[in-house]
Amino acid sequence: MSRVVMDIDNLHARIGGKEILKGLNLQLEEGKVHAIMGPNGAGKSTLSKAITGHYDIEVLDGEIRYKGQNIVDWEPEDRALEGIFLSFQNPVEVPGVNNAYFLRTAVNAKRKHQGLPELNAAEFLREMKKLVQELGMKPEMISRSLNEGFSGGEKKRNEILQMMMLQPDVIILDEIDSGLDIDALRAVSEGINKMKDGKRSFLVITHYSRILDYIEPDYIHVLKDGKIIKTAGPELVAELEEKGYGAIEEA
Amino acid sequence: MAQEELDKAVSGEYALGFEIDIEEDKVPPGLNEEVIRFISKKKEEPEWMTELRLKAYHKWLEMEEPHWGHLEYEPIDYQSISYYAAPKKGPESLDEVDPKILEAYNKLGIPLEEQKQLAGVKVAVDAVVDSVSVKTTYQEELKQHGIIFCSISEAIRDYPELVKKYMFSVVPMNDNYFAALNSAVFTDGTFVYIPKGVRCPMELSTYFRINALNTGQFERTLIVADEGSYVSYNEGCSAPMRDENQLHAAVVELIAMKDAEIKYSTIQNWYPGDEEGKGGIYNFVTKRGLCEGENSKISWTQVETGSAITWKYPSCVLKGDNSVGEFYSVAVTTLAQQADTGTKMIHLGKNTSSTIISKGISAMKGQNTYRGLVKIGANAEGARNYSECDSLLIGDQCGAHTFPYLESKDAHGQVEHEATTTKISDEQLFYLRQRGITEEDAVSMIVHGFCKEVFSQLPMEYAVEAKALLNLTLEGSVG
Ligand SMILES: Nc1ncnc2c1ncn2[C@@H]1O[C@H](COP(=O)(O)OP(=O)(O)OP(=O)(O)O)[C@@H](O)[C@H]1O
Ligand SMILES: [Mg+2]
Repeated sequence: MSRVVMDIDNLHARIGGKEILKGLNLQLEEGKVHAIMGPNGAGKSTLSKAITGHYDIEVLDGEIRYKGQNIVDWEPEDRALEGIFLSFQNPVEVPGVNNAYFLRTAVNAKRKHQGLPELNAAEFLREMKKLVQELGMKPEMISRSLNEGFSGGEKKRNEILQMMMLQPDVIILDEIDSGLDIDALRAVSEGINKMKDGKRSFLVITHYSRILDYIEPDYIHVLKDGKIIKTAGPELVAELEEKGYGAIEEA
Repeated sequence: MAQEELDKAVSGEYALGFEIDIEEDKVPPGLNEEVIRFISKKKEEPEWMTELRLKAYHKWLEMEEPHWGHLEYEPIDYQSISYYAAPKKGPESLDEVDPKILEAYNKLGIPLEEQKQLAGVKVAVDAVVDSVSVKTTYQEELKQHGIIFCSISEAIRDYPELVKKYMFSVVPMNDNYFAALNSAVFTDGTFVYIPKGVRCPMELSTYFRINALNTGQFERTLIVADEGSYVSYNEGCSAPMRDENQLHAAVVELIAMKDAEIKYSTIQNWYPGDEEGKGGIYNFVTKRGLCEGENSKISWTQVETGSAITWKYPSCVLKGDNSVGEFYSVAVTTLAQQADTGTKMIHLGKNTSSTIISKGISAMKGQNTYRGLVKIGANAEGARNYSECDSLLIGDQCGAHTFPYLESKDAHGQVEHEATTTKISDEQLFYLRQRGITEEDAVSMIVHGFCKEVFSQLPMEYAVEAKALLNLTLEGSVG
């Protein structure tokens, strides 16, 4: 087993007054791709919010240890600056905020945190344009308002673009594959694969095997009723597709 | 996110609340004919001006204070206000300007020395403290282009024909209660005349500062752009923190002749008062532009962040055929501020067009009202208007109200109105913070995004100032 970069231990968390995560245990290993599958409403997005520090989440018990520290009380931006990235299931629209301006602010916040000099506008744009092209995005996306009026697929590609610019250490992808056409799925998967460097860890939340064929997960976890009830290798996907979640029993 | 954090984030302290310790020449509170004669005499005005003031005063006596605005405030006691205050040293040149005033303007970031330029760009400044203009820069250079840029008091003495012709021509002295009061007691302000075919080579700017206690400020601005000319004019305002509310009632008249264009930008940052609204400026302003000639254009851009009460409707009378009127506004109300602001676009000429973009931001107990009138006259064939009024709410104790009125005598007029009300959502804030952006920066990014269409209308240096000012209002953020 590789080194554990994030250790979620007996996590109990409430959202909207209701306990959704009920003693969840999960260990993310360095350089590995972890896939999470599970029925609608099981708590997958809630888990991603708990890891990133969303306001709606109230942690009742348990710990999230990241790089050796319990981060459950950290501000969202501090978690982000330390390398945790979430690609949202539904990226929000922010009218009037220029996409490039936003992303440069984020990139430079991170660089500052790392003690690196800020990128000037030209340096930044060169990099951003290159990735926009790689991801098959329209060049106009650079100067449009953040996610405003983007199609579902465009929003998802924009998430991947941000991921690639920010170079995080732990990447949570919440249904990055939902609503993507075939070409977009390939472009997004290639983007993700490019980010694999043997150190970075991925937590891929999905309902479909298709994306998993591209990005080849090391582990499949089944999240049901607020807990990880099963962890296995990639062979579990076929079994789930065949039998559904009902057949999986808590180990 | 917790409400108190958001409140903190939007209630940055008023940074311009310092008082200048200068000797003031001030009349005792109260208003009567004698006071008006005194003001007129102080200004060394000709007899005709004194008579006009008295006429306005008598009209004002017969008028009633309007109360249709969506505003609540204690009755104003007009007899408790002092109508004239002036720094005692009247300067002839910059060397004679009281160093304390120079220092105060430097503190505000407005250099009165000509060699010191704002953000590297030449800007001619008329600096008004309380009732008098203390310094106008770059006058000589402007004169070479035939441009007149001086205080209104100077204009009354030196250019009586122009003043007689245009003053009260757009805003009649009895236009409304506050305009009548201003016409009687106005103490200073700025006069601009751009001759035919001249493009004013620099930004013109007036900075108004209320300093003396218990005084009102009643400035009067008159800008005439002759045929084919262009001018961009900016005004800024601030005042020290006080316990008592002070009255500010200005009148601005703009006249654009054939093919002329006037761009008028305001960054209003009068002291807003405390959380109860105590001590802020009452800002009752009449601003109106007349597009007199064909193809003329008047554009108002305002960023209103200060004052306890704002009552202000910069308007355009589109008389010339094909003339264009624009209104771009950002109004911020936090603390207990109340703003009732908007515009009137009066379409008289053929193919006239107007654009209204209004952005209201309310936070804490702030109340923000947009009030707009689009009027299309019987002869205004082909008139077009586009209006967009957006409100941004921060928290749930504040309010936004929209009152658009349309009067159309021309069935062919084309009028579009859009209105939205949004809240800064937790999802937006969280999204930005998840990317490593601090909460404070995230709030300001969302607010700037909301105001973008208006900021893009401001001259560059002022857009920077407006953004900084908005950030200041947002300062004290979480952390
Ligand atoms: N803000 C909230 N207030 C109340 N309940 C919430 C809130 N957010 C989520 N929930 C509830 O928590 C449960 C888990 O939601 P979550 O979004 O984590 O599910 P999911 O596993 O991601 O499902 P899906 O596969 O449909 O995306 C659901 O029953 C949902 O209705
Ligand atoms: Mg989900």
